Amino acid sequence: MNFNATLIGQLIAFTVFVAFCMKYVWPPIIAAIEERQKKIADGLAASERAERDLELAQSSVTDKLREAKDEASKIIDQAKRRASQIIDDETQRGHTERENIIAQGYAEIEAEKNRVKEDLRKQVAVLAIAGAQKILAREIDAQAHSDIVEKLVAEL
Amino acid sequence: MAYYETTQDYINHHLTNARMCSTDEGIVFNKACEDVGFWVWHIDTMGWSAFIGISFLFLFWRVGKKATTGVPTKTQAFVEMVVEFVDDSVKSSFHGSSKLIAPLALTIFVWVLLMNLTDLLPVDLFPWIAGMIGQYGFGMDPKDVYMKIVPTTDINTTFALSIGVFILIIFYSLKIKGIKGFTKELTMQPLNHWAFIPFNFVIETVTLLARPLSLSLRLFGNLYASELIFILIATIGYLQLPLHFAWSVFHILVLPLQAFIFMMLTIVYLSLACEEH
Repeated sequence: MNFNATLIGQLIAFTVFVAFCMKYVWPPIIAAIEERQKKIADGLAASERAERDLELAQSSVTDKLREAKDEASKIIDQAKRRASQIIDDETQRGHTERENIIAQGYAEIEAEKNRVKEDLRKQVAVLAIAGAQKILAREIDAQAHSDIVEKLVAEL
Repeated sequence: MAYYETTQDYINHHLTNARMCSTDEGIVFNKACEDVGFWVWHIDTMGWSAFIGISFLFLFWRVGKKATTGVPTKTQAFVEMVVEFVDDSVKSSFHGSSKLIAPLALTIFVWVLLMNLTDLLPVDLFPWIAGMIGQYGFGMDPKDVYMKIVPTTDINTTFALSIGVFILIIFYSLKIKGIKGFTKELTMQPLNHWAFIPFNFVIETVTLLARPLSLSLRLFGNLYASELIFILIATIGYLQLPLHFAWSVFHILVLPLQAFIFMMLTIVYLSLACEEH
């Protein structure tokens, strides 16, 4: 163990190595490491955020689903109620209609009956006159006794 | 141990660095450099440490250049793991803001760790390869070819590291506290009275100097001792195999620990230097 010029040589080598390391080796490596650390931290934060978002979305979906179900059952109820109401209304209307038709029929029948009666009466009158004419042809002038016949017809 | 007459020779050979120096006869190696004094270069220490440091920085630089912020490749994941480990260590101990501390800690940790890990390579392998190259390539006696590959078992390496750290300690102390604050710290602690200024100064200077000294001697001592024991185990014949295994397993713990301690203490010392009172 003796000191000699090697000391100077090694000191120079050491200085050069440290200077090189400081200028060309350390900065890019540490920059890469720190950048990656930042990236990983960002990624973790993003995934956490996404998880929270998902949870939120799931709970809102459940809410929406429940709302929709409620709405649907409400609509169905309404529809049922409406349907039964329509049925009731129609039945009611049908009844009224039927009664109207029946009443009309009766009225028509009545009118027809009256008309036929009138006709019959007129026919009977004509027949009666014709009979009377035949009976009285010889002695009674149709013109002179028509007022009597008219009165007879009115009485029928 | 084939070439060595005694165990002593073997150990000495394995603990000697390959040296290079410049004399009147031009550039000479090893034994010719014995009397030169300071201007001797340990070419194995410098070569291996430079090779290791450049490999590490090249790998990390390439990963950094291609770094994606998306899914990383396996290499990038590994490099990022190391960088994050160092970054966490720095953030837990150093509370100032400095662009230098973290890369400094990374360089120290990985470089020292890799230099330490060469301790786990078989002790004879590289001296043997170097000896073969010396013998058949240059016609040298393999005993005269030295190759000590673990750079942190060379006190010059550990002191170079700690002197670098020491210069930074002084630099940051002056930068953050100013000359006045730094002088005050050296002279007015622990006893805040003008009469104790010399006493305080001695104590604080010793504290200050003990930091780089303990930093480098701890690393050097641990690695030198472990290398020496690997070499000693290699001298005892067939029984060396289980012992080498056990000692290596133990060093899977020790070698990273020493690198970690060096990095951690560097961070702590610099954090103390940056602290304002």
